[in-house]
Amino acid sequence: MSLLNATQVQGGYGGMNILKGVDMAIDKEDIGVIVGPNGAGKSTMLKAIFGLVQVTDGDILLRGESIRNRQPNELVHLGMGFIPQEKNIFPSMTVEENLEMGAYIKPRTTARMLEKIYSFFPDLKQKRKQPSGELSGGQRQMVAMGRALMTEPTLLLLDEPTAGLSPLYMQEIFDRIVEINKAGVGILMVEQNAKQALAIATKGFVLASGQNLFTDTGEKLLNDPDVAKSFLGG
Amino acid sequence: MNELVFFINNVVISGTVAGSIYAIGAIGITLVFSIMRFAHFAHADLMTFGALMVLMFTSLFPGSGALLGIPTPLLMLPLGMAMTAFLAIGIDRTFYKPMREHGVKPIVIVIASLGVTLMLQGLIRLFAGTGSRSMYVGESKGIYRLELPFELASRPIVITEPQITLILFTLVAVIGLHLFMHRTRTGKAMRAMSDNPDLARVSGINTDKVVMVTWILAGCLAAAAGTFLSMDVSLTPDLSFHLLLPIFAAAIVGGVGHPYGAIAGGFLVGFAETLSVFNWAVLLRPIRHWFPEWVEIPRTLALVGTEYKIVVPFFILVVVLVWRPTGIFKGKVI
Repeated sequence: MSLLNATQVQGGYGGMNILKGVDMAIDKEDIGVIVGPNGAGKSTMLKAIFGLVQVTDGDILLRGESIRNRQPNELVHLGMGFIPQEKNIFPSMTVEENLEMGAYIKPRTTARMLEKIYSFFPDLKQKRKQPSGELSGGQRQMVAMGRALMTEPTLLLLDEPTAGLSPLYMQEIFDRIVEINKAGVGILMVEQNAKQALAIATKGFVLASGQNLFTDTGEKLLNDPDVAKSFLGG
Repeated sequence: MNELVFFINNVVISGTVAGSIYAIGAIGITLVFSIMRFAHFAHADLMTFGALMVLMFTSLFPGSGALLGIPTPLLMLPLGMAMTAFLAIGIDRTFYKPMREHGVKPIVIVIASLGVTLMLQGLIRLFAGTGSRSMYVGESKGIYRLELPFELASRPIVITEPQITLILFTLVAVIGLHLFMHRTRTGKAMRAMSDNPDLARVSGINTDKVVMVTWILAGCLAAAAGTFLSMDVSLTPDLSFHLLLPIFAAAIVGGVGHPYGAIAGGFLVGFAETLSVFNWAVLLRPIRHWFPEWVEIPRTLALVGTEYKIVVPFFILVVVLVWRPTGIFKGKVI
């Protein structure tokens, strides 16, 4: 049984179907990467899984249980974490407060998890008392990831975690994602930096116009001439 | 020295009292705005309602405060605060929440709150009449006259019991609110929701609970401010209309969505009002001999007449917004 299994998902905003039947399956040991051209419905799919976009048809199963159109806060309780692409921190609150808010549903574990997150992101420990809005882009992304990890999720959804970051930070974020995955967290992310993302992916999903175009391991997609020509810039 | 006493009575004390009322009102408006992103026009009517509830309980149990040695309205204040918090939550559930859930634009809710204002004012007039009432039933307001130990000061500094309680309450409320927002989990969740409502939801924060806590805070603060003001002057159903504009000015001047801004804005507006209607001639007369002969000090020398003091907050509002478009503390743009 897969950790996450989405079948023939249709849905979108305000009655407009952006997703026209998307399949996706992720296991605990997987790093799933969704790539594709602009407007393909990549972010929409991620949001549909997390209950932020109305699903009109198809089903989404988490460990065999349907989570279709469940509220985001219920999904947090079920062990899912979501990191939006933009506005993924509480800018006026300190780094530590941001992390505390991540553990809002599990107040008892806050202290233990803070230690864990600080040892994982030592940079954040130094800046713990600083308003997170004053941090650099890469550090903000770490705050966002730390926030989502505070509940110890089993599945982490990331919407373009490296958008707008320098290549140096981009590599760092990807390395961290691999580490998180090795610690037993299933990953599903949307990425614009398709080549680098597919390089760490165990599963790759190429979407176009709200449908699956290719699904394979990251390595095979990288080496597939059709995929390379259309989506990876040759 | 009497001139200085006059200044203390008419500017320092009056300004602090007006500033405290405006600050408490503006905090309520700013809290509601930062959580629900709409300007709540019915806020001043929560003040009137709170005072009315306190008066109702005071009339039901007159003189009961004497047991504790405090005025009865003060004893009944917690009850009035609770009733106002209930009313605020009730109004939200009936009018604003369904609209939020339909995802209407904030301006629609603002207009709805204007409707709620008119409705509440009508109801208050219907049940309490249009006349003004004293909050003291069979008791009298404590007035303190502090004689200064100087030969030249023959007049006392005058301060009333409700004024003292109001100033103390404001102090406690501001410190309490700060601790609540920075030390408690619910308070931090409020700040989180004010910062980024979508991320708060995604983090699993119970946004309905945050909204409820916001209304409880806003309702309690409004009821207290309304009660102290009515105790100091008298309770009239149009109390809210005189307060609505200054407290909005205070909230905007301070920076909307920023509680410290609301406090700063409240005192700025309060002091600006009292300073502008203050008769400066009184202070100039003792130093008359420093001026050349031909200067004549008029009997009254105030910036504006008392009737026009409502102009002052708006003048400040315009000046501050030209200088800092989002308020003194950087607030959220409406």
